[in-house]
Amino acid sequence: MIAKVETLFTPFASFGGGLLIGLGAVLLMLGLGRILGATGILSGLVFAENGGEFAWRAAMIVGMILAPGIIFLVTGTMPELSVPVSPRMIIVGGVIVGFGASLGSGCTSGHGVCGLSRLSVRSIVAVPTFMLTASGTVFLIRHVFGT
Amino acid sequence: MKLILALFTGLIFGIGIAISGIMNPAKVFNFFDVAGKWDPSLAFVMGGAVVITFIGFRLVWRRNTPLFGGKFQIPTSNTIDGRLIGGSAIFGIGWGIAGFCPGAAIPALGTGRWEVALFLVAVTAGFYARRLIAATQINAKTALNPSEFVATDVRLHSIGENK
Repeated sequence: MIAKVETLFTPFASFGGGLLIGLGAVLLMLGLGRILGATGILSGLVFAENGGEFAWRAAMIVGMILAPGIIFLVTGTMPELSVPVSPRMIIVGGVIVGFGASLGSGCTSGHGVCGLSRLSVRSIVAVPTFMLTASGTVFLIRHVFGT
Repeated sequence: MKLILALFTGLIFGIGIAISGIMNPAKVFNFFDVAGKWDPSLAFVMGGAVVITFIGFRLVWRRNTPLFGGKFQIPTSNTIDGRLIGGSAIFGIGWGIAGFCPGAAIPALGTGRWEVALFLVAVTAGFYARRLIAATQINAKTALNPSEFVATDVRLHSIGENK
């Protein structure tokens, strides 16, 4: 079950955050000529694919992990994060995410942010597919099986 | 310099992820829960990001090469197959169960929450399961027809194209 935690509608923060996400993707393309895809970077790092690619992937992941700390230093508060599901759902969901993103060659960053803006036909198919199944899953858990 | 740029890129991306709200599973669930108390904020994340990449990528591609050499590695495949659709559908189901996606969870690790670490370990297990199955498929095909080995092997290596 997914506990109901109310969240505020934050169009400006979300749009602003989106602009920075896009900027990160453009910088990576400018510097290294790569698509910013979290699935590719993480699996590339974990399985040490292409030896020469290890260092930049590791550096990038370190930068990502430092982000909440930097926000804490500047604003005095950690970014909001509440997990309304059980550890079991995190594990099951995580394995499914890893399997699916690997099989479908991308996730929200690679297919979503980068693929859509490149007008990639594959990403234009992938993004609505995972948005739809994610919505359907949440609907089932919250409104069909949930109480 | 290349590594400093990679670190800086990760930092900018991570700050964006943190500000946007997409690293907060409660917000992700409320975004997907159109039938409940819908929070459409996350549509603005994708909107903001795509505006920048749509323009930014095209400006960058006016160059012949990236700043640090090599060439632009852009996926060229247009193949819509079961693997793309099935994989994406499976990914969405997992996202709807756990509330994290990989690009949000990596920066979220910096908040120090154990749930994020648990999620990323599970994601890695999922990557591993996928690779095991791919390897088994190749072995099975090779046993039936060794000449197919080269073709399938190449296909395995091209899986990473759009990640």
